[in-house]
Amino acid sequence: MTNVALTVNGERREADVEPRQLLVYFLRDQLGLKGTNVGCDTSSCGACTVLLDGESVKSCTVLAVQADGGDVTTIEGLAAGDELHPVQQAFQEQHGLQCGFCTPGFVMATVSLLRENPSPSEEEIRHALEGNLCRCTGYHNIVRAVEAAARAGA
Amino acid sequence: MSILGNRVVRVEDPRFLRGQGRYVENLDLEGALSVTFVRSPLGHARVNAVDASAAEELPNVQVFTGADVDAHPFGAPPPWHITAGMERPLVARDVVRFAGDIVALVVSEDRASGLDAAELVMVDYDPLPAVLSVEEAVKDEVLLFPDVGSNVANRGGADEADDGLFDGCDVVVSGVLVSQRLVAAPLEPRSAAAVLGDDGRLTLWATSQTPHTGKMVVAGLLGLDPGQVRVVSPDVGGGFGAKMIEAEAVLVAWLARRLGRPVRWTETRSENMLGLPHGRGQRLSFTLGGTRDGKLLAYRLEVLGDGGAYPALGAYLPNMTALMANGPYAIPKVETSTVSVVTNTTPTTSIRGAGRPESAQAIERAIDLFAAEAGLDPAEVRRANFVAKDAFPYATPTGATYDSGDYEGALDLLLRSAGYDELREEQRRRRAEGSGVELGIGLGAYVEISNPVGEQEFGEVEITEDGGAILRTGSHSHGQGHETTFAMIAAERLGLPVERVVVHRGDTDDVPKGTGTFGSKSTQIGGVAGRLAADAVVEAATALAADYLEASAADVTLDLGRGSFHVVGAPKPSLSWAELAAKASADGRLGELRVAHEFQGAPTFPFGCHLAVVEVDTDTGKVELRRFVAVDDAGTLINPLVADGQVHGGIAFGVGQALFEEVVYDEGGYPLTGTFVGYGFPSAAELPSFERVEMVTPTPNNPIGVKGIGESGTVGSTPAVLNAVLDALAPHGVRHVDMPCNGENVWKALREANA
Amino acid sequence: MIPAAFGYHRAASVDDAIEALGREEDAKLLAGGHSLIPALKLRIARPSVLVDVGRIDELRYVRDDGDRIAIGALTRHAQLVADPVLERGCAVLARTAALVGDPQVRHRGTIGGSVAHADPASDLPTVLLALDADLVARGPDGERTIAASSFFTGPFETALAPREVLTEIRVPKVERGVYLKHTRRAQDWATVGVAAAVVGGSTQVALASMGPTPLRARALEDALANGADAAEAAGRSAEGTEPPSDVAGGAEYRAHLAQVYARRALEQL
Repeated sequence: MTNVALTVNGERREADVEPRQLLVYFLRDQLGLKGTNVGCDTSSCGACTVLLDGESVKSCTVLAVQADGGDVTTIEGLAAGDELHPVQQAFQEQHGLQCGFCTPGFVMATVSLLRENPSPSEEEIRHALEGNLCRCTGYHNIVRAVEAAARAGA
Repeated sequence: MSILGNRVVRVEDPRFLRGQGRYVENLDLEGALSVTFVRSPLGHARVNAVDASAAEELPNVQVFTGADVDAHPFGAPPPWHITAGMERPLVARDVVRFAGDIVALVVSEDRASGLDAAELVMVDYDPLPAVLSVEEAVKDEVLLFPDVGSNVANRGGADEADDGLFDGCDVVVSGVLVSQRLVAAPLEPRSAAAVLGDDGRLTLWATSQTPHTGKMVVAGLLGLDPGQVRVVSPDVGGGFGAKMIEAEAVLVAWLARRLGRPVRWTETRSENMLGLPHGRGQRLSFTLGGTRDGKLLAYRLEVLGDGGAYPALGAYLPNMTALMANGPYAIPKVETSTVSVVTNTTPTTSIRGAGRPESAQAIERAIDLFAAEAGLDPAEVRRANFVAKDAFPYATPTGATYDSGDYEGALDLLLRSAGYDELREEQRRRRAEGSGVELGIGLGAYVEISNPVGEQEFGEVEITEDGGAILRTGSHSHGQGHETTFAMIAAERLGLPVERVVVHRGDTDDVPKGTGTFGSKSTQIGGVAGRLAADAVVEAATALAADYLEASAADVTLDLGRGSFHVVGAPKPSLSWAELAAKASADGRLGELRVAHEFQGAPTFPFGCHLAVVEVDTDTGKVELRRFVAVDDAGTLINPLVADGQVHGGIAFGVGQALFEEVVYDEGGYPLTGTFVGYGFPSAAELPSFERVEMVTPTPNNPIGVKGIGESGTVGSTPAVLNAVLDALAPHGVRHVDMPCNGENVWKALREANA
Repeated sequence: MIPAAFGYHRAASVDDAIEALGREEDAKLLAGGHSLIPALKLRIARPSVLVDVGRIDELRYVRDDGDRIAIGALTRHAQLVADPVLERGCAVLARTAALVGDPQVRHRGTIGGSVAHADPASDLPTVLLALDADLVARGPDGERTIAASSFFTGPFETALAPREVLTEIRVPKVERGVYLKHTRRAQDWATVGVAAAVVGGSTQVALASMGPTPLRARALEDALANGADAAEAAGRSAEGTEPPSDVAGGAEYRAHLAQVYARRALEQL
């Protein structure tokens, strides 16, 4: 077992982990943050996307031990109490989610995208999201949501 | 003023946006053991022995095999007419028939140790020849079920072909189209969790579209009184027709009873690609004949379907394909014949469209071939042969009765919206200029069948003490937004704000009966049942309010705008729902404001027309979808925001089949496309934005006039894209490309045409 | 989905990592993890210990070294994409880094990890081969430089000794370079990739996914040197290659794609 200490959604968290434990399972099983989902086993779908040190990463492809000392934001860390984050609001308004399973990953990927590129074109949005898969929406409204979030200055 | 037809943002969104989705994997289950399934890596093999000794040396690990599991095998229900003797044992014993067939159950304290232990289970297999194609299976040389004596699982349609079917036809075209095997690939892998309560009742949480049916299946296979079983299907992350109830969930239930401890399971994606039933897998041979000036006279469709290793709904679906064979066209003579066979592959089932995409793919290809042969414009051939607007209800030669439609109207709207003439002009210009990139324009006209079996659904409205409402529905929701749309339907009748109507679904203890959600049937039976229940509650509430207002019920009315009852002509005194409920509760009469209703609807027939614009790089064969325009008419629109989403998702699914997706097996029957790396379902980077054009032709089959829109997008899109690719390649002499039309298949077709 | 158990050592320095590699049988280096962790999850890789070099920040840099650009092995793909020194001096490498995986992958994956993993379908190793890059490794016996042409020895095999750590990648400054790849979907590995660059006056071309390692298209290069035009030379791309057949494409199709993209790359140079 190895000890890890990191900041998750603004709170310092510490635990002993097996080196093989993936960050996504650390978040879900040890910290009880079940909003981040596992959708595949080949790092393809992005449902597990969180922010690590401000950047989007696939938490299924990061070991918890690699996140030691890091700063993680999960979907649970976005809203400020009752008020949804502008990206979350945009997804709702544009109907950018259906079953919701891929949604936390898309929302976190969008937050990261807009930090790096505040005014992306449709083509840039589609390529920035090529690592996130959705089977329900056909992506049309997800792209509209990202555009709306960008307009709102998210 | 009706709320129906308004774009209402979904009430269920906040929990998903906040990461509080109630997926089964997220369930907190104290003390639950984990089960890991050991699955065959081979498509066909005898199982000589299962040696669990090394696995059971790991602490707290127990292994069960087929010999231990005393449960009935999984059979297909009688209406599907599946050959007897092909039932699936929950755990394979002497023989495995597909890669993914379960041979052992490994129980452990947690998932990680379960995977460690499962690796140590040694299974001694004797490989047998694997039958991997329908052409091979139908020869009956290698039999999956030797005792049955044949690989045929189901037959339908004409026994003998009518040799005179195409008499009088100047133009006859034929072709073979393989609607290739696909996976459903919902983003949420399956999970199940089961607890045996102290009262002896079993609770099973499952990722299922059909909790009530699931309850009956579990009870039946485990020999239990259904009253002793509760199934809860909470939030489900996509189903697409594949997530019903399968062996794994039943085994989790079996284990919970056997061990007396809670048991849970979540599959990996690789397992899901093997274990969740697959879809499509039909070989369609078509012949279309008509006059030289474009009048269609006869159509023959022969379907050879792949049921997979243990035939169930997928083996029945070619009958659905046959039922919809002629599509939106009035073809006087239609002859169909269907055969489904078993193969050493994952069993097939209904996935988005379930037989109707296949029939549309065949007839739409046939129409384009016919048009090319006759030298006519493909849009005009369609137009000339559509079932006329005034011909409804229309009885097809195949036995369907189309309820309402305006197929020519859909085509016209589509061609106008897409700027069809301008597109053809652009194509002419580009062809004259000549470049390595060809522009292709394709049409997919369709009619499909929703609520295909004409089912009945349960709906109950209950007014709560605070004057809100609970709508209990036997429908489910796994992305379709029923928590909002059904609430809108009831709210409209009750005069309550949408947020005050809470939809309950998915718990068989809370909702007494239901048929779940699939076949695009939910709104037209579940939503309608909810509406009728709401109307019944309004009637009861009116009577109750009349008592309190000391008037007769006939003189009391519900002001929908205000949500309050008053005597006609006298706005005061009035009783709001909250006031009425409070009074009723105090008098012990609140129960009068809880009424259930069941509604059986006949099948309805959504229709539409899609147009795809593609660019094909003739050097690499790569196809890019540039533009997609869709007219989809599913009757009355409840919530256009949700309807748009359903169409978009359906289009992406259909484009996936046309351009990217297929299941490919190696010689031993293991899929080469068994992960999201190998299996090509598209990302946002592969697709354009879609142009959806609304059209509303209500159905007379239910009070709301609504059909089902969930699968429409899938039915029209695949033919539109395939026809676009072939349109692009027509100048090169290409008349056929295997789906998916990926770079390699297009390149091969070009090479063959130039040979 | 969950790796088999392994031990873990976080290396504080390159020398620490070298020592750890020597201590354990079956140890593997962990950098960004985006080649290794997927293999661990599918249990294809089963090391006894992971030696995590990911914190060795001294190995994250892009430096102008005169006629070469020196890149620290732990530099992440996203950093390469954004680096002005690299954009100025060897833009083809920066542009190629932008094509690796997806944004999440690029935030974590490192050029050293990608090179040491040596997937014959990888983009960056292919470009490095075309550039005649030098790979610098440090081991118990000190430091050495390995030419890219000798570095990739087989599928997922390199010339690195078991206790060696790749520390730096050195690329020539080139003004003309292009990398094109064919994929089914944007996030897929290259069905075929073609890297072309003018290095020291001659055109050099390397191919991804056309054999057990990234390969130099020698026949094509010879043809160019002998005066062939782009189309003619490109027609010889597949000579000496052994393209695989898999779900992304059959061998014949790959050979055809190599010719198409080689011609396009040469025309774009």
